[in-house]
Amino acid sequence: MRTITYQQAIGEALAQQMRFDRSVVLMGEDSTNAWGPTKGLHLEFPDRVLDMPITEAAFVGAAVGAAATGLRPVVDLLFIDFATVAFDQIANQAAKLRYMAGGRISVPLVLRAMWGTGLRRGAQHSQALHPLFVHLPGLKVVAPSNPYDAKGLMAQALVDDDPVLFLEHKMLYFMPGGVPEEPYAIPFGSAKVVRPGTDCTVVAIGRMVSVALAAAEQLAAEGVQIEVIDPRTLSPLDTSTIYGSVERTGRLVVVDEAHPRCSLATDIAAQVAQDRFAALRGPVRMVTGPHAPVPFSPELEDAFAPGPDQVAEAVRATGLVKDAAVRSR
Amino acid sequence: MGTSRTTDLTVDQIVEIYRTMSVIRAFEDRLHGLAKSLPGAVHLYSGQEAVAAGVCAALAPDDYIASTHRGHGHAIAKGCDVEAMMKELHGRPDGICGGKGGSMHIADFDRGMLGANGLAGGGVPLACGAALTARQQGTGQVSVAFTGDGGANQGAVLESLVLARMLDLPVIFAIENNGYAQATPAAAHFSGTDMAQRAAGFGIPGAVVDGYDVIAVHAATAEAVRRARAGEGPTVLEFRAERFHGHMELWDDQSYRPDADPERLRTESDPLLLLRSRIAEGTVAGPAAFELDRIDRDATALVEAAVTAASEPFTADPRTLLDHVYTR
Ligand SMILES: Cc1ncc(C[n+]2csc(CCOP(=O)(O)OP(=O)(O)O)c2C)c(N)n1
Ligand SMILES: [Mg+2]
Repeated sequence: MRTITYQQAIGEALAQQMRFDRSVVLMGEDSTNAWGPTKGLHLEFPDRVLDMPITEAAFVGAAVGAAATGLRPVVDLLFIDFATVAFDQIANQAAKLRYMAGGRISVPLVLRAMWGTGLRRGAQHSQALHPLFVHLPGLKVVAPSNPYDAKGLMAQALVDDDPVLFLEHKMLYFMPGGVPEEPYAIPFGSAKVVRPGTDCTVVAIGRMVSVALAAAEQLAAEGVQIEVIDPRTLSPLDTSTIYGSVERTGRLVVVDEAHPRCSLATDIAAQVAQDRFAALRGPVRMVTGPHAPVPFSPELEDAFAPGPDQVAEAVRATGLVKDAAVRSR
Repeated sequence: MGTSRTTDLTVDQIVEIYRTMSVIRAFEDRLHGLAKSLPGAVHLYSGQEAVAAGVCAALAPDDYIASTHRGHGHAIAKGCDVEAMMKELHGRPDGICGGKGGSMHIADFDRGMLGANGLAGGGVPLACGAALTARQQGTGQVSVAFTGDGGANQGAVLESLVLARMLDLPVIFAIENNGYAQATPAAAHFSGTDMAQRAAGFGIPGAVVDGYDVIAVHAATAEAVRRARAGEGPTVLEFRAERFHGHMELWDDQSYRPDADPERLRTESDPLLLLRSRIAEGTVAGPAAFELDRIDRDATALVEAAVTAASEPFTADPRTLLDHVYTR
């Protein structure tokens, strides 16, 4: 299989679907001068790559109205941090329009955004805000961790009839991976077992998948086999794959770089505790960013995001290793 | 302020415009009182009928409007079914949105009605989006974004003016200045002189129009529609007409309106009476007064039948709570 990067994979899914479906339009700031996944698409689709003034509330709202009347807009928010200035249009309009209209319309909209720490961009360009959006019924939230999934999930987002928030981890853009040239779609709500294991289930998303895999290597050296699960879509969430794994391993660690309160980590931990309590043989552990903004200083930012050591420590602290010290945050 | 002395509108068109205003008036004045026994917030449109009727009469059936919390008049003028609307206000499963929307979310995309909106100014970007679809697909449709004097201060609205100008969207911003945002007079919240002046700053043509004068409303909108269809981009129209009722049913104390005398408004500033007098004086070609009386009686009967139908016993199945969150 050919190897391309995460951002090329996203761009390829967009280009392939745009050739096929004329209703797909790209909207964003600097769209015709893009450097990321959409680079160069304006040359092939000059009428469907639209430059937007810096008016997120207006152009996200316009994308909602366009989606409800026949287009399939793909909006580039740049950084997920900027979604907050369009929050009304996302939370009150896009997410609810279909419901409020009694199901008579749909809003086939894709909102793309970079997320996550690591690029030294400070507190307003580094957040992991997906919990805000997972909270909202009507939205779907997708966070691929590798090039193969990025292409397949984008392909699905482009044919899905609901509003989809497509989160692209900025530190994965240049990650290489095997990606088929022909179009394929990965259904939403289907998690991937990235590494099978028997001793502890570790659910990780985005860049944290590779962090969990690094922890798996450390732990394997100690004779502990963790099972790493990448949910791939955060809403809908494939709880059955997670539950099935916890039933086998009896232990759960959730790894996410978002803040700890009211988060995806608390959500998965709570669902497992509620629905599979009997399967658990030790306390559920969460490894997350702290309840603090993302700092600028590289040393501080690196301390913000979970690393393999913390994941390994949390796995031991599920009761696998007695008296394991849990680094408290 | 834009007024109009003459019009090309035919007698049939005048009849339809009058009928629209009459149905809105009957619907809203009937709700005044009835609203006490209904769930939810109801914002009445009486007094502003000429705006909805005049604007929508200048549109084709497949053109779009996005409405506001005070949206019944817009919905009726765009052709939404009055009985289905009344049922929606009762929370019935056979309402226009299956009871999922209510007064502040009445929508019927088949009639180009993109929805009332619970967020002041919230529907304006949606209207720009419908205009974008029309522009991309070359359909020639236009879109109207209604908002109030209060909603016109929203960032989303001001951003929409920028967006509409830069993309030359076929959209008309219809700002209904009824003098108040809830209990705050426009003089205390609306910066600048008027929306036309604001529009000029965005490079968009604008006008202030007498919102009681349906002929003037129609003429200004028709010109804006012509521009939009010709690819000349957006227009901003400020329509001035006060509401007869309070901001909202069950909260219609109007002590903040010192000179508010609903009776005086109803005699001096009633858009239906104004059209009648224009017809009577012969400056507008319209039907005889007895025909207008009949239209009023028909409107009352239509609304009464809707109330009767909506008052039939019903149950809403709690299991439908989870329907329509997602397409699948
Ligand atoms: C974003 C937002 N802020 C506040 C409100 C509460 N609110 C409901 S109606 C209203 C006044 C709106 O005034 P205007 O736009 O002039 O419309 P009118 O009620 O006069 O028709 C306010 C403040 C709201 N619905 N949305
Ligand atoms: Mg007002």
